[in-house]
Amino acid sequence: MNEFIYLTFDGLSRGAVYSAFALALVLIWRAARIVNFSQGAMAVAAVYAAYSVTSATGSYWLGFVVAIAFGLVLGVTVERVVMRFVDHSSPLNGVVVALGLVLVIQGVLGILYGNEFRPVQTPFSRDAFEVGGVALLSRYDLFVFAAVGVVVGALTLLFTRTAVGLRMRAAAFAPDVSRLLGVSVGGMLTLGWALAAAVGSLAGMLVVPTELGLHPTAMDVVFISAFTAAVVGGLDSPIGAVVGGLVVGLLLSYVSGYVEPTVAPMAVLLLLVVVLLGKPGGLFSSSKARVA
Amino acid sequence: MTDMKQKSSTAPVPDLVAPTKGRRRRVPALLVILAGAAIVLALTYTLPPFRNYQLATVGAYLCVTAGLTILTGLNGQLSLGHGALMATGAYTLALAQNKWLNLPLSFLLAIVVTTAVGVVIGLAAARLRGPYLAGLTLAVAIVVPSVTSTFDETFNSDQGLSVVLDPPPGTIPMERWQAWLCWAGALVTVSLLVLLVRGRFGRDMRAVRDDETAAKLAGINVARTQVLAFVVSAACAGLSGALFAFLAQSVSPGAFPLTLSLFLVMAIVIGGLGSLVGSLLGALLLVVLPTLSQSIAEQTGSHRLEGNLALVVFGVVLIVVMLAAPGGIASIRFNRFWANTVRRNR
Repeated sequence: MNEFIYLTFDGLSRGAVYSAFALALVLIWRAARIVNFSQGAMAVAAVYAAYSVTSATGSYWLGFVVAIAFGLVLGVTVERVVMRFVDHSSPLNGVVVALGLVLVIQGVLGILYGNEFRPVQTPFSRDAFEVGGVALLSRYDLFVFAAVGVVVGALTLLFTRTAVGLRMRAAAFAPDVSRLLGVSVGGMLTLGWALAAAVGSLAGMLVVPTELGLHPTAMDVVFISAFTAAVVGGLDSPIGAVVGGLVVGLLLSYVSGYVEPTVAPMAVLLLLVVVLLGKPGGLFSSSKARVA
Repeated sequence: MTDMKQKSSTAPVPDLVAPTKGRRRRVPALLVILAGAAIVLALTYTLPPFRNYQLATVGAYLCVTAGLTILTGLNGQLSLGHGALMATGAYTLALAQNKWLNLPLSFLLAIVVTTAVGVVIGLAAARLRGPYLAGLTLAVAIVVPSVTSTFDETFNSDQGLSVVLDPPPGTIPMERWQAWLCWAGALVTVSLLVLLVRGRFGRDMRAVRDDETAAKLAGINVARTQVLAFVVSAACAGLSGALFAFLAQSVSPGAFPLTLSLFLVMAIVIGGLGSLVGSLLGALLLVVLPTLSQSIAEQTGSHRLEGNLALVVFGVVLIVVMLAAPGGIASIRFNRFWANTVRRNR
């Protein structure tokens, strides 16, 4: 029982990060109908930026701020320089261009920093508090929950309570009508990419210290988990992304704890297959996902 | 915008055969393949051993790029998991070879096992579109190391397996023998694929790619066509993987990383989606570009450029081609040329 409680909290803390990452995927999907396969690589780039700043100044928080800012800038750059010019008549094109970006980012990071794993520090201790002999959460887990909670709250407020959020939703939902009504659809798209990349960077900052360490391909497996989370929830649903992230986190934690950590990626694949075959639009989707 | 009718072709994708040329084009295809065999044979006697090894690698790559170009170019299904299918073929060859030491049997088993895996993934793939399919196959590509370390008595985790081989027959040097086998595999694969796509099946695939609803109305079994396309390309990937195990005389998860699957997609996109000439170009690039970037890295003396420079070059080329000429290099000239001849013949 103690182990179950421990694994549950551990899974929720992992899942919170996947939720944030999946949320970033959903943001871009809703705005541009592209699944950003380069999101993992973009997040790693941001974490490397933070790593450089933290190593130079010794301040974790300065690095943290730099990572988010770097994410914003990278998102804008990717959208303005590359994604804007993709021919959207086939969903293949966007995927292939994103894969090209993955190769470029991982290659550049490898050239700049080398291909070895680098340890990354955490701002808080990762030793879990014990309540009645049961290990529950660490300070770092609480930090993860808080950070993801703030992001989810801020995005909800942005989309439901502000004029910019309304314009972003309109631009994604009906680009032509929005343009006629004076909404800068291109600008909203850029903003969406910037926000998504910043959220992705945050997720990268949170997850990299808990995995093996910093490496150009550090986020590959995390990306799969987050993609699975987004698909479980339905690519169109932000709530689905958050719930999906927690489900995937719990699954990974239970499988690693009760079976073996090496089986975890297979469990994710299995979950992905089951959901895609059973309900391709995801559990929280209302609209139809496929034609014919 | 919300209703994504997912069509899989964009700009005019070159077909493997210019349809109007019909019968007259059939004989040259056979001649081309025979000429290819003759050129390879001549090359293996003139090239130094290391170049022979590279030639063999091109042949091994050609098997998988040809199969993948059928799947993606003609049927519109994107697979990022072909690296994992190659790993399946490679590991099967290694296990069979270490047990029975019978090379033809091992190759046969490698193809059979990979085909079976291809059926399973293909059944799932046929129900998925666009990013969903890409995501699923991406997950397949990622899962290879985890499979090898979970069943480590069989697959020996990260160290992998070594492949026992008989020495080549007679006095043939190893590299020449490897080049012969790899190109025999590649030429057989390409010939079979040419036959396949020129027949009814090829027409079905293109119909499904261009408009699923119309294809269905015309009486084509869409799901069966898609599964079959996946299975065929999986068999090609299995043969290719087995050839790589034979070339390296070892298999390990490190030989089939995610980047390999991405490189394969890059190769067929750059070469030209749906064109077998394009898949040859792609296979060549897969061998030439890393070699080039390797020598640049050696000249500059920076070990960080090694491997990474190739990634950057591949990525940039992939993005530029996709933005500028979605039909790939093979489409730029040939397609326009064929379009013109067709128009004139009418």
